[in-house]
Amino acid sequence: MSAALEVRGVNKRFGGLQALDDVNLTVEEGRIHAIIGPNGAGKSTLLNCFVGRLTPDSGSVMFHGQSLLGIQPHQINQAGVSRVFQTPEIFSDLTVLENVMIPALAHRDGIFEFNAFKPMSRETDIRQRAVDVLEDLGMADKIDMVAASMSRGDKRRLEMAMGLVQDPRLLLLDEPTAGMSRADTNNTIDVLRHIGDSRGITMIIIEHDMHVVFSLADRISVLAQGTVIVEDAPENIKGNAKVQEAYLGGAH
Amino acid sequence: MLGLSRRDFLTLLFVLVLVAAAPILMNPFPEGSKFAQFNAGYPDLMQRFVIFGIFAVGFNILFGLTGYLSFGHAAFLGAGSYAGVWMLKLLTINVIPAIVVSTLVAGVFALIIGFISLRRSGIYFSILTLAFAQMSFALAASVLTPITGGETGLQTALNDPRILDGAASGTGNIPAPALFGLEMGHSWQVKMGDWLWTFNVGYYLSALVLLVAFYISIRIFRSPFGMMLKAVKSNNQRLSYTGISPRPYTLAAFVISGMYAGLAGGLMVSMDPLAGAERMQWTASGEVVLMTILGGVGTLIGPVLGAGLIKYFENIFSKINDNLLHQWFAFMPDGLEDFMVTIIHPFVGKGWHLTLGLMFMLVVIFLPGGLIGGLSSLYNRVFRRSKAH
Repeated sequence: MSAALEVRGVNKRFGGLQALDDVNLTVEEGRIHAIIGPNGAGKSTLLNCFVGRLTPDSGSVMFHGQSLLGIQPHQINQAGVSRVFQTPEIFSDLTVLENVMIPALAHRDGIFEFNAFKPMSRETDIRQRAVDVLEDLGMADKIDMVAASMSRGDKRRLEMAMGLVQDPRLLLLDEPTAGMSRADTNNTIDVLRHIGDSRGITMIIIEHDMHVVFSLADRISVLAQGTVIVEDAPENIKGNAKVQEAYLGGAH
Repeated sequence: MLGLSRRDFLTLLFVLVLVAAAPILMNPFPEGSKFAQFNAGYPDLMQRFVIFGIFAVGFNILFGLTGYLSFGHAAFLGAGSYAGVWMLKLLTINVIPAIVVSTLVAGVFALIIGFISLRRSGIYFSILTLAFAQMSFALAASVLTPITGGETGLQTALNDPRILDGAASGTGNIPAPALFGLEMGHSWQVKMGDWLWTFNVGYYLSALVLLVAFYISIRIFRSPFGMMLKAVKSNNQRLSYTGISPRPYTLAAFVISGMYAGLAGGLMVSMDPLAGAERMQWTASGEVVLMTILGGVGTLIGPVLGAGLIKYFENIFSKINDNLLHQWFAFMPDGLEDFMVTIIHPFVGKGWHLTLGLMFMLVVIFLPGGLIGGLSSLYNRVFRRSKAH
């Protein structure tokens, strides 16, 4: 199996804080790879380095042989990397359906397309794609709602729909179930599991909820103080002494 | 119909009826009556209604959809005006080349200014556009005098080349702008009882252009392109993580709205072939912002309404003087009459800005969606109530 994402020797320093310290990570194609770790371990910082929000001080991030460093966020997305943010980043003034149609159009038309005279109402394919994804996520009854008026959990699901509609090669999920009820969380697990199996999308998932992590992940990396301390299969993670030390604060 | 949804088609139809019947609708009071003062159905003013309507509709494509507030759009109106007059001077007195070329020239101008200004957003973008417009104004009034006519302005003259018209224009008078021989200033007057209606060629040409401009604006609003522009306004950052580069979208919107401004400028000089530098001044840029906000930012019909309202105030309210006020309140006892006139005096005549300013404040505070936003929320409330019963 080939590597979808190869991270080599990534460092990032914010003033006096070494946020990422020589991070190495290999994510294999078609796998769901979870990154866990205590608060402040650098998980979101690492994800930000993958989508062009942050540039590492040193190191390399290769996606199917193409470097993701030094290119614009929209180019990274067009290369096939979609991200679900930790705090919902949506188009609040637009409807749920429009929120999902925009990434679908971006996927079809690229970074810019001057289609100013074709009515949206004739974009039936795009609309159907968006509706299908929203149905998968159990949001079919909410498509005409204004996005801002939804609950936090629904906004997370909407963001997931925005990522999934693009049929990405790599989906980055930053705490996708935070703020969701137990039932919605389980539903989301099922959806992600189903998508992972049926479409073979590679996923990197950052999560605090161990229930979600152990239900989904094929592989787990544990990040502590900016560095990967353990990478292993899920069944070997729970009993690992280093992991328990990182979580229970044995370092102090 | 015409690629529009039923609702949008009805909106277009509404505007069509409104502008077609404007010479009648704007003259509700009989000639010589006490209120004839408030009649707005004369060609000069009606032309301004629709031309500024075009300007505001175009401005709304940028400001209403993307949220980028340009404070320099008068520069494009001015550039279009100069280009239009030059066409009338050099090519032909026919207004078609003037209108087309002024739109194109403004588009090129907007491409340059937009390319630079859109490197920044928010207040810095607004300041950059303001700076560019003021530079254009200052240049037009001084060093560019050979092209712009400086402070006296640029106008047509008897000895202009008019190469396409040939010797046909040798009547001894400066020819008036015309559409294939039909002069813009030409009017037909119809007297119906006490009412006098004026149907003007220039007005109907401008109205036709407004309808086309309005139709294009609806198509843009409802297109994937328009949706991307709304997404820019809603969450610019998110859009780039969605695989879209926002810059070309905002630049395209900037150029389109600049072309609308140039089109308005071209029409203005087709009605009256005189272009002055003051057309580029920041007050003129501010006026179109007021029109759009007053009518309703991001609504289709709001800017047209706002443009009409402001031009009405500027031309009608400003004409009310103390004599007229005394006439109106003549039925009151003398003391009360003087009192009323004193109270109203600051709000009319030269004080019309005060009334407009107060109205603007009220709209911004109580109707954040502008007049159209207010009307539609009122409609929704009434409609929902009747539905509930």
